[in-house]
Amino acid sequence: MQELINRAKELLADGTVARVLGWKAGDLPFNPEPAYFEKEEDFADFVYDGFCGANLSKYMIEASKLEGKTLVCLKPCDTYSFRQLMKEHRVNREKAYIIGVGCRGKLDVNKIRDLGIKGIESVQGAEIEGSDTLTFQTLYGEKTCSYADAMLERCHVCKGKEHMIYDELIGESRETKDADRFAEVEKIEAMSPEERFAYFQKELSKCIRCNACRNVCPACSCRKCVFDSNKFDSAQKANVNSFEEKMFHIIRAFHVAGRCTDCGECSRVCPQGIPLHLFNRKFIKDIDELYGEYQAGADDEERGPLTSYTVDDAEPGIVAERG
Amino acid sequence: MSIEAKEEFRPKIVAFCCNWCSYAGADLAGSSRLAYPADVKIIRVPCSCRVNPMFILRAFERGADGVILCGCHPGDCHYTSGNYYARRRMTLLFSMLDFIGVENGRTRVEWVSAAEGVKFSTTMREFVDKIRSLGKNVRLEDLRCRN
Amino acid sequence: MYQIAKENLTALFQKIASLQELYLPVKNAGQVNFGVWSEDAEVDLDTLKSVKSPKDVFFPQSETLYTCIRNGKKLTIEPEALQEQHFVVFGMKACDIKGVEVLDRVFLSDPVDTFYAARRDHGTIVALACHEPEETCFCQVFGTDCADPAADVAAWMIEDTLYWKPMTKKGEELTASLADLLTEDDSAQEKVEAEQAAIRAIVEKLPYSNLSLEGWNGDVLMEKFNSPLWDELYKPCLACGTCTFVCPTCQCYDIKDYDTGHGVQRYRCWDSCMYSDFTMMAHGNNRTTQKERFRQRFMHKLVYFPANNGGMYSCVGCGRCVEKCPAALNIVKVIKAFQKQGGEQ
Repeated sequence: MQELINRAKELLADGTVARVLGWKAGDLPFNPEPAYFEKEEDFADFVYDGFCGANLSKYMIEASKLEGKTLVCLKPCDTYSFRQLMKEHRVNREKAYIIGVGCRGKLDVNKIRDLGIKGIESVQGAEIEGSDTLTFQTLYGEKTCSYADAMLERCHVCKGKEHMIYDELIGESRETKDADRFAEVEKIEAMSPEERFAYFQKELSKCIRCNACRNVCPACSCRKCVFDSNKFDSAQKANVNSFEEKMFHIIRAFHVAGRCTDCGECSRVCPQGIPLHLFNRKFIKDIDELYGEYQAGADDEERGPLTSYTVDDAEPGIVAERG
Repeated sequence: MSIEAKEEFRPKIVAFCCNWCSYAGADLAGSSRLAYPADVKIIRVPCSCRVNPMFILRAFERGADGVILCGCHPGDCHYTSGNYYARRRMTLLFSMLDFIGVENGRTRVEWVSAAEGVKFSTTMREFVDKIRSLGKNVRLEDLRCRN
Repeated sequence: MYQIAKENLTALFQKIASLQELYLPVKNAGQVNFGVWSEDAEVDLDTLKSVKSPKDVFFPQSETLYTCIRNGKKLTIEPEALQEQHFVVFGMKACDIKGVEVLDRVFLSDPVDTFYAARRDHGTIVALACHEPEETCFCQVFGTDCADPAADVAAWMIEDTLYWKPMTKKGEELTASLADLLTEDDSAQEKVEAEQAAIRAIVEKLPYSNLSLEGWNGDVLMEKFNSPLWDELYKPCLACGTCTFVCPTCQCYDIKDYDTGHGVQRYRCWDSCMYSDFTMMAHGNNRTTQKERFRQRFMHKLVYFPANNGGMYSCVGCGRCVEKCPAALNIVKVIKAFQKQGGEQ
């Protein structure tokens, strides 16, 4: 982390960049927030540890409109989002100085709470070069858990430690993949339609329409969302009955299909712990199977699967045929 | 006629038809006196790719029991490639509906040219039969819209 | 004071539910929220905070106000019925009850909100003391004692026994209807006092308990409103509505029409000051940037509300926004940022 801070200060001092986009230490051990650093003294609060899960790519849409370059710290998976945004002309590469930061998986405080660790006063082992065990000093005594057990779901299906785009790299990355990316989707596919319906009904009935999943999503970068429009019936803020939630979540995932890099932010931010990534991943799985493997944000040239076609694509009837 | 027969389930079917082929196909079916069930309500769209997935979900919300999309045969699109895009979109959407547990077969895509009045009428009859066998759409309806 | 063994709680819930509707913390797909009790509901009294506050028992996230039905040329308007059934909310925490007090100020002052008033009249609250407060709690800052919740009935879960103390007439009536399940216990007072002391000792150690609200009151409107701090504070905000929807005191709502195809349902639903169409009017929006919307939330809680309600803040320190904000922003960070600035001056 010190190397990162030193380099950021250097680039700020020599005028290469006008500001640094990173994370500021929170007032609790686990809540750092995305922040801009413009002066050397600001860096006293700079932090980069296991709790810095936020994908800063989306903030670059706004930062691209600012005067001068912005130094942005991106984890390997965040760089997919940035590259995808570049392809969509939503961020300006010329306005970004990207430091690819190392990552060994990010932590999910909800998972930690689920492990029964509550009243956290301090944490050891969450540092970027920390150990494999997290040690918590809590109001109810010392508790430990393994780093891997406290990781976000997305880190268990990590896309790899390669950065897709960067100006320089600082820090080592570690691949944390220990599960199959599509295993959860396959598990649901194997259920009967009744079970699938019951499963999603149960999950989506928790939705409070806070729109956090949409607002955090780097692929959801429309200037005006259809769900914010007053001109249609679609702008329902209410969780009136189950249909609205299904509509919202299907359409949300559909609008980013072929552009979603599977960064997992939607599931990370959901206050009700709905596994929203399942919708996106189902689309990714279908795209891979029907139109060839495609990873959004991994290249600059290829057309997205929903903005291209071949004359012998599968017919929609395939859905019924494959059962 | 018995009372039960009168109360037979009459599904509501929404058919999105592209202006250039399928709507003309429906027209031909009509002018050729080929019957198809009156349960089918046709909505004319400029091209099959005009159909946004939200149209389909909205139709279900408002009480449709089945939604069918008809367009020009692949390769024959009036706008060259609209139906190719529609094909990919609908494949993914139908797969998602299947994934969340909506019965397979409530949605369908069929390519109907302006010369295929017969195909239009048989497709619609088949589709209506299929929806009759599936029964009322309850998984995607909005209860507020119930009569 | 009365007591009941933990293993008999199901019987207690059954009994209450047989007499009236019962809302309590229920786990659904891994998350605890207040819901209606049923035989197969998974009751969870161990989780300290439900994701959403229980405010929606009295002020639901969305509720229909009236329905217009078109039948040929005839148009009928049917107002929604007011709550007529009595119900019990079991397991509300002290902060949530304070939240209801805030809502009362809004909805029970003239003009009274009849929907809300009917629910308040028919609801009996059984409060549960917070056995193990968490690091995100700061109710003490707002003068709430989570060891001694003030409701119709106060309850304490101590080891395997629930202690039950009716506090109001409504509470007495509920207690009387459960007489065959609750047993009087003379030694209870002592145990409850010991538990209260233990809870208060933990509260003293909480990281936010010493948060100072100095400088926040109804008289500092322009000073706080024009502070340059807002220019920085809002930046990480994603403009989602999480903080407002989990909050026990956020009371802003929107009224919308839903076209059912054969009529119109007019309903109201929670609104969020974080949303771009918040207080949208015919001429447009009076808060056009996220900074203004973000500022609105905290100014409302800490300045506007106290100005209109004799100094009562509309934050109760439940800490839900601290836990749930996707960008790790929250009211505590805002208060601290102003404090820090004050210190430097």
